[in-house]
Amino acid sequence: MAYLTINNLHKRFDDHVVVHDFNMSIEQGEFVTFLGPSGCGKTTVLRMIAGFETPTSGRICVGGEDITQQAAQKRGIGMVFQSYALFPNMNVTQNIGFGLKMRKCPADDIKRKVAEVIKLVELTGKENHYPHELSGGQRQRVALARALVVEPRILLLDEPLSALDARIRKNLREQIRDIQRRLGLTTIFVTHDQEEALTMSDRIFVMNQGRVEQEGRAEIVYTEPATEFVARFMGNYNLLGAADTNRLLGLNISGHLAIRPESIHVLDGHSQQDGTLAGTIRQHQLLGNIIRYQIESAGITLQVDRLNRTASDLMPAGTEVRLQISRDDMREVR
Amino acid sequence: MKSTSRLGAWVAIAIGTLYFVLPLIATFEFSLKMNRDGYSFEAYKVVLADPGFQATFGYSTLMAVLTIIVGILLVVPTAYWIQLKLPRLRPLVEFITLLPLVIPAIVIVFGYLKLYNSSSWLPLTGNERATDLLLMCSYVTLALPYLYRSVDAGLRAIDVRTLTEAAESLGASWPSILLQVIFPNVKSAILSGAFLTFAVVIGEFTMASLLGRPAFGPYLQLIGANRAYEPSALAIIAFMVTWASMGLIQVFARNARPARKTA
Amino acid sequence: MSTSPDSLTHRPEPGAGQIRKGLTLSALNWLGVAPFFLFALLFLILPTATLMIGAFQDADGHFTLGNIAKLFDDSILSAYWISFEVSAASALGGTVIGLALALAAIQGGLPQWIRPTLMTFSGVASNFAGIPLSFAFLSTLGRMGLVTVLLRNYADFDLYGTGFSILSFLGLTLTYLYFQIPLMVLIVTPAIDGLRAEWREACESLGGNSVAYWWHIALPILWPSIMGSALLLFANAFGAVATAYALTGSSLNIVPILLYAQIRGDVLHDQNLGYALALGMIVVTGLSNAGYIWLRSRAERGRE
Ligand SMILES: Nc1ncnc2c1ncn2[C@@H]1O[C@H](COP(=O)(O)OP(=O)(O)OP(=O)(O)O)[C@@H](O)[C@H]1O
Ligand SMILES: [Mg+2]
Repeated sequence: MAYLTINNLHKRFDDHVVVHDFNMSIEQGEFVTFLGPSGCGKTTVLRMIAGFETPTSGRICVGGEDITQQAAQKRGIGMVFQSYALFPNMNVTQNIGFGLKMRKCPADDIKRKVAEVIKLVELTGKENHYPHELSGGQRQRVALARALVVEPRILLLDEPLSALDARIRKNLREQIRDIQRRLGLTTIFVTHDQEEALTMSDRIFVMNQGRVEQEGRAEIVYTEPATEFVARFMGNYNLLGAADTNRLLGLNISGHLAIRPESIHVLDGHSQQDGTLAGTIRQHQLLGNIIRYQIESAGITLQVDRLNRTASDLMPAGTEVRLQISRDDMREVR
Repeated sequence: MKSTSRLGAWVAIAIGTLYFVLPLIATFEFSLKMNRDGYSFEAYKVVLADPGFQATFGYSTLMAVLTIIVGILLVVPTAYWIQLKLPRLRPLVEFITLLPLVIPAIVIVFGYLKLYNSSSWLPLTGNERATDLLLMCSYVTLALPYLYRSVDAGLRAIDVRTLTEAAESLGASWPSILLQVIFPNVKSAILSGAFLTFAVVIGEFTMASLLGRPAFGPYLQLIGANRAYEPSALAIIAFMVTWASMGLIQVFARNARPARKTA
Repeated sequence: MSTSPDSLTHRPEPGAGQIRKGLTLSALNWLGVAPFFLFALLFLILPTATLMIGAFQDADGHFTLGNIAKLFDDSILSAYWISFEVSAASALGGTVIGLALALAAIQGGLPQWIRPTLMTFSGVASNFAGIPLSFAFLSTLGRMGLVTVLLRNYADFDLYGTGFSILSFLGLTLTYLYFQIPLMVLIVTPAIDGLRAEWREACESLGGNSVAYWWHIALPILWPSIMGSALLLFANAFGAVATAYALTGSSLNIVPILLYAQIRGDVLHDQNLGYALALGMIVVTGLSNAGYIWLRSRAERGRE
């Protein structure tokens, strides 16, 4: 049986439904990510799990026990806030030790455990610093340590890295994932950064307007989007409506057709291969290891990615090409 | 848990309201009892018709207006200049403007009496006009903390330096920069400070009394010592003046908000 | 704000013309604030300084510590003591009640309109001091006051029979509270607004209850602001003359009234002792304001 299960969760603020029939279950030790655009309800779901908001309806169970109505301080669920929420009147040691003190741990134990976790998050030497004397990345690690040290049943992380610069972010990502694996912590991580979600998670829940659009392992969500929304949000999919699909490919579909830019092959303009489409290069952008072309075919502009091997590969605007798209790379989405 | 704390909050507010409203009700009720045979506005009529009231209230109003004008002329250019050219001096100027909160009014006026008495180097207490001037200056010092703080905050909310440089680059002269660019942008801050000053000055007692000027404060004290019902009527009038001043501040503060966003 | 214009003009430039221009510019800069400093000197600093010097002089202008020594006479010392008691009591009461009111309005989960109403009202009441306030309290708690009369007629309770008087220490403290409480509400509100909801939630998620939150987090964070506000309230009450004078005349022996009477020439007939009294007042209010400023800067430094 799953460790954390959420059934038919709803949340309404006044007459504004923010979370809509939300269902999920995760296993012990799993690292899952809520991924979705701003305002889609990620934080709200997290806060209901933590016990800071009461669901309008629905059930939240941990280890088979219904905790929907339980007070936050009894749940044993750790939370790392987007803004860290460190107590400004306490230094690093006191902040981290606070949860243990609330649990009436003996002072010796607190000292030992805090020292351990300080080493774990690499904050040695900062024990007596106050939050305002720490950098953003250090504060983030204090917040993480503070949540970890009480050995929570579930760890919730609400966009913990969004306030940090790119390099620190990458480092902390790995550090968090590493610690999570070592401690076997059941973890929910909230982000609106798809790269972060893809690199860190066992499983991703893509959310949109208070619902789960799609859930699944990272590589599956990326390669097999179930809906138009996921396709748009996850990759730079080419999305064709039914009419365009018919015109371009002669196929009849009901929803949208999603084609990833890297799965379209560009052939020489004189190629006579069967099943290829004629196209004209309109422009390109250099994205480092990839060149992204805008290629027009039958009045439709397609994004096509090619590896940037040598400078002489670059095809100037106006070049006539032929495009080959394998049937397997076309996905029909809702 | 939540509902008990909400109950506590309601109780606190209720007790607070009672404590603050009861004296007002009591005063109002008392002020209506001048006629033996029932409630009437007799006390108000008597007060408003008293030439002493008219004279002193008029005098204090005039003093308040002069105080506000002089205070603004003193504070606005200073605060502006400090932000623009001499930011190093800001702590010193702030410290000075806070001094009137530290030095009690009675001490300040005592100092005036020692420094400017009729046998001193600058005998300001020697003649009435000069004493009026001294009283006004003492009121400006009283108003300094309020005026400076609200003007300084107003100037901080707009980017004074950029505005000034923009105006300069468009060829504006100094007076027109101050009058047409800076002043309109801190108008509401100035008005807030002005109304607060009005509320503080109109009933001021200590300075007016010790400088021996016929202001509203000493008049109130005199009536309080000699009459029964009129003081209550006067207290209600004073309360309404204070209320009006604060209400106007709210009005201007509210109007200022959208303006500040676009600035 | 890293490069101020005048630091630019002070930058050493080749050419005498440049330097002269820089000098005249900075002289002009000072001219811009000259009226303010002149005003402050004439009407704030010199008057106070001359009193402070006078406190150490005898009638002939010779240096003496005699005036200061006289402050320790029983009658004057007791005036300081009563002043201290009234100020401390009204500051303490104002702090506690004002804090409770502000907390109730901001964090008590009350309807939205309560807060702005309380703020506006506090703005009014904190400025409703002085003589009209004493009239209001005489009409309320005086011998013929509404509350006194109502208690006697309906609750059969003789307020003045208990030894209470509006002219007493307790009466004066109650009156002072009328402006002290709203003042506290106004100055402590920003500090309470600074308490972030996540701190409470972080505390809860770590297993702390409401009591733990208040004891370990909210109060320690608010503490410098609360103490600082209390000191400001203290200074505010200590320097107040008009309310007490109109309420009690000269019947309550507090320092501001003693000084007032002294200046009016009613009592002491000793100018220099008056200066010493004033000096004593400045020392007391100055110390408590310094404490306020120090604590406030501590409170600001602790913010993330
Ligand atoms: N206390 C509240 N009262 C009313 N509406 C709220 C409240 N909290 C959140 N909402 C609304 O619920 C919606 C979802 O908010 P939520 O904070 O869960 O979004 P999110 O997915 O975390 O977004 P972000 O990525 O920007 O943090 C938003 O439209 C927000 O305005
Ligand atoms: Mg969020």
